[in-house]
Amino acid sequence: MLEGNEVLLAWFEPDLDSQLNFSQGLVLLTDTRLISLSENDQTFDNSPQGDNQTGSKAWYLSQEIFLQTKEKGGASSLELADCRGLVAQWRHTPAKSKASHHFVDRWKLLRSGQPAEGESAESTDSLCPSCGSPIKGEQGFCENCASLSGIKPGRSLLRLLTFARKRGWAASLGLLLTIAGTSASMVPPYLTKPMLDEVLVPFQNHQDAKFYLVPWLLGGLAAASILSWLLGWARTYVIAWVSERIAADLRNQTYAHLQRMSLEFFGGKRTGDLISRVSTDSDRICYFLSVHLLDFVNDVVMILMTAIILLYIDLHLALATLVPLPLIAYLVHKVRSRLRGGFQLGSRAWADMTSVLADAIPGIRVVKAFAQERREVDRFRLANDRVLHANDRVNRLWSFFGPVITLLTDGGLLIVWVVGVWQVYNNNLTVGTLTLFLAYISRFYMRLDSMSRMVSATQRAATAAQRVFGVMDREATVPEPVHPVHPGRLRGRIEFHEVAFRYGTRSVVEGINLTIEPGEMIGLVGPSGSGKTTLVNLACRFYDVAEGAILVDGTDVRSFPIEEYRKHIGLVLQEPFLFYGTIAENIAYGRPNAKREELIAAAEAARAHEFILRLPDGYDSIVGERGQSLSGGERQRISIARALLIDPRILILDEATSSIDTETEREIQLALDNLIRGRTTIAIAHRLSTLSRANRLVVMERGQIVEVGPHQELLDRNGLYARLYRAQSESPEERNA
Amino acid sequence: MTSPHPTPLRPVRLEYNPWGQLLMETDDGQKFSGVLPVRAFPVSDPDHWISICDSHGQELLRIDDIHDLLPDVRKTLELELSQREFVPVVRRILSATQHEPSEWFVETDRGRTTFQLNSEDDVRRIEPDQASICDSHGIRYLITSVRGLDGGSRRILEYFL
Repeated sequence: MLEGNEVLLAWFEPDLDSQLNFSQGLVLLTDTRLISLSENDQTFDNSPQGDNQTGSKAWYLSQEIFLQTKEKGGASSLELADCRGLVAQWRHTPAKSKASHHFVDRWKLLRSGQPAEGESAESTDSLCPSCGSPIKGEQGFCENCASLSGIKPGRSLLRLLTFARKRGWAASLGLLLTIAGTSASMVPPYLTKPMLDEVLVPFQNHQDAKFYLVPWLLGGLAAASILSWLLGWARTYVIAWVSERIAADLRNQTYAHLQRMSLEFFGGKRTGDLISRVSTDSDRICYFLSVHLLDFVNDVVMILMTAIILLYIDLHLALATLVPLPLIAYLVHKVRSRLRGGFQLGSRAWADMTSVLADAIPGIRVVKAFAQERREVDRFRLANDRVLHANDRVNRLWSFFGPVITLLTDGGLLIVWVVGVWQVYNNNLTVGTLTLFLAYISRFYMRLDSMSRMVSATQRAATAAQRVFGVMDREATVPEPVHPVHPGRLRGRIEFHEVAFRYGTRSVVEGINLTIEPGEMIGLVGPSGSGKTTLVNLACRFYDVAEGAILVDGTDVRSFPIEEYRKHIGLVLQEPFLFYGTIAENIAYGRPNAKREELIAAAEAARAHEFILRLPDGYDSIVGERGQSLSGGERQRISIARALLIDPRILILDEATSSIDTETEREIQLALDNLIRGRTTIAIAHRLSTLSRANRLVVMERGQIVEVGPHQELLDRNGLYARLYRAQSESPEERNA
Repeated sequence: MTSPHPTPLRPVRLEYNPWGQLLMETDDGQKFSGVLPVRAFPVSDPDHWISICDSHGQELLRIDDIHDLLPDVRKTLELELSQREFVPVVRRILSATQHEPSEWFVETDRGRTTFQLNSEDDVRRIEPDQASICDSHGIRYLITSVRGLDGGSRRILEYFL
């Protein structure tokens, strides 16, 4: 349907029709036309040249038409309008939002007459077909859509092998010991045959019994027991040692990976769930490796050896015993898949329960203040009940399955008895051989039984492994640059170029253009939700911009290695966070090897030195979760000292003084004055008086910059800033008067 | 990061007056009475960074290294610090109950004593081989060498660390 020399530039697949039912459509953008191939577009009177044969409609770009996206809650739309009104619209779900923005961007680029550089259809290929976000590099899958549980559990267990490889030497030693130990334990039954056939049965039948064999046989039995005891000891120790280390490696790697994730990831995850993935799940894996896997290998070795011995002793009898085997295999397979579901449910329920704890315990003051203890207890009970139900489900299945296996193995034994007695009766078999056979076969079935129990352990471990690898497989949404530019000593000039950022479909900031000179202090002002914190987070590179670019000293921040870049940024937050440790450690958090005199100098500049001296242990006092309680102002001054110590070029103050009374604020303000001297500073404050030192104020509203200028100029302009300022300077008494 | 003391003052005289107050004279001839010496890093670096504060807790001067002081001044300073710091060193743990509140019976360099803990968290490892205990009254006890303790004491301590 493309005309002769028409070039396809981009396409968009709307996934809803005009009645908002799911339906696939296609909109194409070529160098001359916009073509709609969907049945589900909604067109209006001034319809274009329709092509009735293919059901497609097309608009020539030479016409005066505009394309834009509109967000309408759950279902957004791509709209085409001309000067008279809407021409067509295509509805789509938020999953297609990024793609639709992209499509419009392409359209705009084309309309602005810019050369179609790199604008081939392929460039759209790197968009995720399901959500429209770009797919990076050779990854080949979309980070947005890669769910945390999208990997097969079985494969997760195999991936543990990569961790085992690091401990390959010890792991193979463990395996060797296992095989040796199992072989040793196979010896005793074998010795019972001569004992019966050569000694005991002849003796009872008053034939000549070879009693001289007895000490040898008994000695052999004792030796085999002692050997298998020694080997078992060594094996258990070695395997436990290895698995403990594999689990520790796993925990370390998961946590290290977690620390690399962007804030966006943590925003969307519950703390308890993440904690349980790192702690409980990896512990389960360790237990599985050290206990169950060991048993499993043991069982496999033993079953193989027993099978060989059995077949060697008596082929017919051996084959007879194998009758129930296929049935057992079938049952195991059946139960496995159902158990897996059950365990996944259990793990999730467990994580939910931990989440409730992680939620309520840090928030205990709020809970108590609102007297909601009972409700929290109920919430926990509810989560705990879900754990109970999930486990009940598994147990129900399990309690049935276990005994069934036992029944089947008993059946197998019965068959051996029947066939064996028959054979002995016909004098085809000696009593010794039958006893030997029974001894082996009962072991065989015992092992089979315990192997079937492995099913649950394996599924549990596989689920755990899957959850752990789920975290590891998430790519950081703030990617490291491919060709990093090392920042060196920054000057601190920050430029925002047409910056936009969206959370899903909700556009948070848009069209931000701002240049901050080195050493300049900018005050960010505006109502809550106007995008101030987002702007600051973008500058820190906690997130990456959706559109546009942020340049620091003329270089895109995305080309700096993240760690090096952040070293130049000092951050002072509204709620200063102190880690559990001494005050000295907290101040030196960004530069652990700072000298003590530097610590004191930083604390002095932050006006924290004297109150620290008044604490019983001075700089060695323990603060943080379980430590000395400090007031908000004191904590804030420590966090200012922390920022001072790293001597950053760029300073971010996010409501640094808003949780503090005015008296303390004066003290903090003095500390801040020391801090901002000579640094590029972006300060967010609701209390406008705290921004008196700002060179320029940037007023934001609904994700856009509405005013920029010094205090007086903005007051004279009588805009939003003047309104905010008047509202604040009006004290309650004046209002009442 | 500028220091509030452009030319660091040095104490040239430190002595007690008849009322037991500490008098200090600095090298520029100023005299202060009722001064308090405070260690900035009492645990990790007791011999450096000692602040001399006035009775309101305002810092008057700071001694970077106790060894640089005049012998007389240093002697008085160390005496005063030892008077002000009551941190018994635990030599032997005779018993400690494991249920909360934990009751301890210890032998220290200042004699035998018993105390209670508020929680198990009050027993902390500070250096790899050092531990400190803070009892329910806020008295701190120090264990200078965990490895140096006898086996029984170490077993008790290890439960809490």
